[in-house]
Amino acid sequence: MSRRLRLWLLAVGGAGLAALLAAACLDLPGFGGRAHPYGTRAVRASLARHTANTVASVNFDQRAYDTLGEMSILFAAVLGCVVLLRQARDEHRERPRPAEVARPVRRYALLVVPVALVCGLYVIAHGQLSPGGGFQGGVVAATALHLLYLGADYRALERVRPLGTFETVDALSVCAYLVLGLAGVLAATAFLANTLLPYGTFDTLSSGGTVPLLNAAVGIEVASAVVVLLANFLDQAVEIEEGNGG
Amino acid sequence: MTGVLNLVALLLVAGAATAAVAQRDPARQALVLSVLGVLLAVLFTVLQAPDVGLSQLAVGAALTPLLIMLSVRKIRRRGRGRDGAR
Repeated sequence: MSRRLRLWLLAVGGAGLAALLAAACLDLPGFGGRAHPYGTRAVRASLARHTANTVASVNFDQRAYDTLGEMSILFAAVLGCVVLLRQARDEHRERPRPAEVARPVRRYALLVVPVALVCGLYVIAHGQLSPGGGFQGGVVAATALHLLYLGADYRALERVRPLGTFETVDALSVCAYLVLGLAGVLAATAFLANTLLPYGTFDTLSSGGTVPLLNAAVGIEVASAVVVLLANFLDQAVEIEEGNGG
Repeated sequence: MTGVLNLVALLLVAGAATAAVAQRDPARQALVLSVLGVLLAVLFTVLQAPDVGLSQLAVGAALTPLLIMLSVRKIRRRGRGRDGAR
């Protein structure tokens, strides 16, 4: 394809996209108005199934299938990173030297690690009740663990995160989501349908049927995926060197 | 009142985003990106989307800058190793 043709193709595509976007924007309801046709229906459906956080209800009940796709995307992306960032044949590992950490940094980091970790777990556990959920809490919990790298050093971090376990847990939690969906099929409704479990008392931890379970599966998956991802980046940045070494 | 709050949050986001583009050093860019992440989280919360705000706070303010910093460190170290071998 010549350069001229490619530019023409780009121009036509861009113009089409701009026209469609402009047409869609003209049909949008006014900013900050009172009428929300989709919102009203989503809130009604989530209240009918005793899920206090409508966003969690949309993610794990009304659009649970979309979340399965998003979860698989994250899983595949992390898998790709693990394959790309693995130690190649012409590289070797060098033990990082213990680093000196300023005392205030160390004290602050070690103080914040448990607080941040509990925060992350809280956000996962209360996904069906308050803003947040598996994804947000998972990222918070996983990044909280890496404060150990700031407060102590890389060896300390490696000791608290056995990488093989996290990789297995990552895969298992994706399977758990699928199995929960299939359980819906076996109970004679549909894949990922939230008709399996009793809906419980509104605004309690166990309310919402399968929503808390799917939420927990996503939380564990995201937390271990982020830990595995960061571990591979850290390995490359800190340990793996070019050349075969001695 | 909420209109003013929206406008201030939007302007702050625009300012931080421009600063992130204007900054040419990748390591500093990561720090500006982190500030942009926090401001975006504020904007989303002001616009009544706390769920998205939380995601933005966790991913945009912590995870992405961390990944960028680690990549920069790896690349710089590799450059240094090559210079040493010469």
